[in-house]
Amino acid sequence: MLEIKNLHARIAEDGTEIIRGLNLTVKAGEVAAIMGPNGSGKSTLSYILSGREDYEVTEGEILYNGENILELEASERAAKGIFLAFQYPVEIPGVATMQFLKVAMNEQRKYRGEDELTTPEFMRRVKEAAAELKIAPEMLRRPLNVGFSGGEKKRAEILQMALLEPKLCVLDETDSGLDIDALKIVADGVNALRSPDRAVIVITHYQRLLDYIVPDTVHVLYKGQVIKSGDKTLAHELEANGYADIIEAAA
Amino acid sequence: MNMQQAIKMTAAETALVDAYTAQIGDLPGDGSVLSVRDTLVHELKTAGLPTRRVESWHYTDLRTLLRAVPTADPTAFADRVEALVAGATVLSVRNGHADLKGNAPEGVTIRSYTDSLLDGSAAAGLAVLGTDDAIGRINGGLVRGGLELVIADGTELEDPLEIQLVQSLGQAHTRFPVSFGANTKATVIERHLSTNAAESLISSVSDITVGEGAEITWIVLQQQGAADTHLGQIRFDLAKDAKLHLFLINAGGKLVRQEIHGKTSGEGADFKLRGINLLGGESHTDVTFTLGHNVPHTTSTEIIRNVVFDRAKGVFQGKILVAKDAQKTDAKMACNTLLLSDDADLSAKPELEIFADDVQCGHGATVADIDHTQLFYLMARGIPENKARAMLVNAFVAEIVEELDDEPLVEALESVISAWLEKHA
Repeated sequence: MLEIKNLHARIAEDGTEIIRGLNLTVKAGEVAAIMGPNGSGKSTLSYILSGREDYEVTEGEILYNGENILELEASERAAKGIFLAFQYPVEIPGVATMQFLKVAMNEQRKYRGEDELTTPEFMRRVKEAAAELKIAPEMLRRPLNVGFSGGEKKRAEILQMALLEPKLCVLDETDSGLDIDALKIVADGVNALRSPDRAVIVITHYQRLLDYIVPDTVHVLYKGQVIKSGDKTLAHELEANGYADIIEAAA
Repeated sequence: MNMQQAIKMTAAETALVDAYTAQIGDLPGDGSVLSVRDTLVHELKTAGLPTRRVESWHYTDLRTLLRAVPTADPTAFADRVEALVAGATVLSVRNGHADLKGNAPEGVTIRSYTDSLLDGSAAAGLAVLGTDDAIGRINGGLVRGGLELVIADGTELEDPLEIQLVQSLGQAHTRFPVSFGANTKATVIERHLSTNAAESLISSVSDITVGEGAEITWIVLQQQGAADTHLGQIRFDLAKDAKLHLFLINAGGKLVRQEIHGKTSGEGADFKLRGINLLGGESHTDVTFTLGHNVPHTTSTEIIRNVVFDRAKGVFQGKILVAKDAQKTDAKMACNTLLLSDDADLSAKPELEIFADDVQCGHGATVADIDHTQLFYLMARGIPENKARAMLVNAFVAEIVEELDDEPLVEALESVISAWLEKHA
């Protein structure tokens, strides 16, 4: 589903190179965890996948279902099924959450040549998905992410993911700022979306989240490269011994 | 001979003076009114239109900006349009002429302002606010019509009153002295619109007195045509415990100056100004506001949101004056701007002049572009860039509209805003 080949990327503004020859393959149905110390390029990778313009790809390619997506706008990538759950979901005062959800769902449908959802159908879907994630209707009446607690913001991200039904889900530090109950709700939400035609990339610092969303593969990112890949036991190894050994071995 | 008389009059100045001369004998007014008119036009002739050297006109050099004045056409025809919100009582003023047909709501007395000119009762109100009051001068010299409204003590109007000013071409000079009695509650919509692309010059002065304990919402919705000059002025005076929520939307016009001049005259008075300026094309729009907190214990908040596209130029001047005796004044003014093109321009000049020592006053001004993180967030959810931008611009002003707390009105204004944004963004 996703093939990243020899990717090099830098911050557009100051030219700092963050991703330095990254290779990664994620198959449909797979849950891949990306781990790594601070500053290794994890969040940058998520932004480049989703099309943030603050980064410039200087070399390599990203193939999504065989198509090079680097020239596509963020909105086009989203409509094609790439979803980024933000580490810090953005507050937008003046945009009602429900209006945002409806516009997002319908714009994606329009792009794909599908009919727009009727209002009752839209309402039904939101209600169902919100109930699953224990999101109170009051929260949906507020402006987008405004006044949401950290946990509420993360749940709102998963709600969006459930409603938009993406094919490739990228979760950027979704566990940060969550207590254990919120973590379980979020993990259940993600697990409910696991399917043979959907891939999930879980970016995380800690093993903790991976107890709830069990990955098929684990990749260690360091200085903009994947320096080691393995199965879920690699995450346990990192939890026990830290990154130092692996970094040293790769050096 | 003083120096000013030596200045050669511009085409617009000549046209305004000629318009007056051509109508002498036809302009309504008794002896006292005609004598005020004469004085005003004489002042216009000698002082000319204000230039940037006049402090209050520094960012709007009317003498340069007002290049020509369309000829008044007494035969011009304009149709009334549907009310902004269902159920509103529409008071129709077309090409400057008030239509008194129809029933006034209970507690509201409506009189033609032309009659007040004819019997001379309007003479005192024609005085200008100061030597730099060019709008008062032009309007006082040329005003022909308008409405005088008196809302009786204790009247609570359920539905809004819409003063609907429709202009087709030429000139219109109108006035609206409106007096809200004690403990009245009402919403008034002062709506200026144009039916076509022909050039018009409009001047309009609303003189609002709010009685003790009254709670009034006054909305100015300016949607003139892209070739029009709009010179508007709101004057207000708030009695004890009176509340005035003044809501201004500029969404049209080529050259617009909207002045708001008010004062608090009774303790406990509360004033709220909310302004949205949607500016595009080559337009020039100036909102100039002065408020005198003249007595103790009065409050005001002012929030102006500007959205500036293309080569448009916006101006906000806000001056809050706190008199020496006006202790415990609480006044806060903010002017926030989204500049959406490299050639867009906005000048903000917030000022506080405080002579009392126990007050809370503040002001702030911000200018920004669309927030890129917010834009990326919306796009990452599949919303195309132009639509995402429109949503963010809309959000910037929607916050202000929602304060109105009147659902049909909020919806109507939101659709005016989104229609404007769709056309310009």
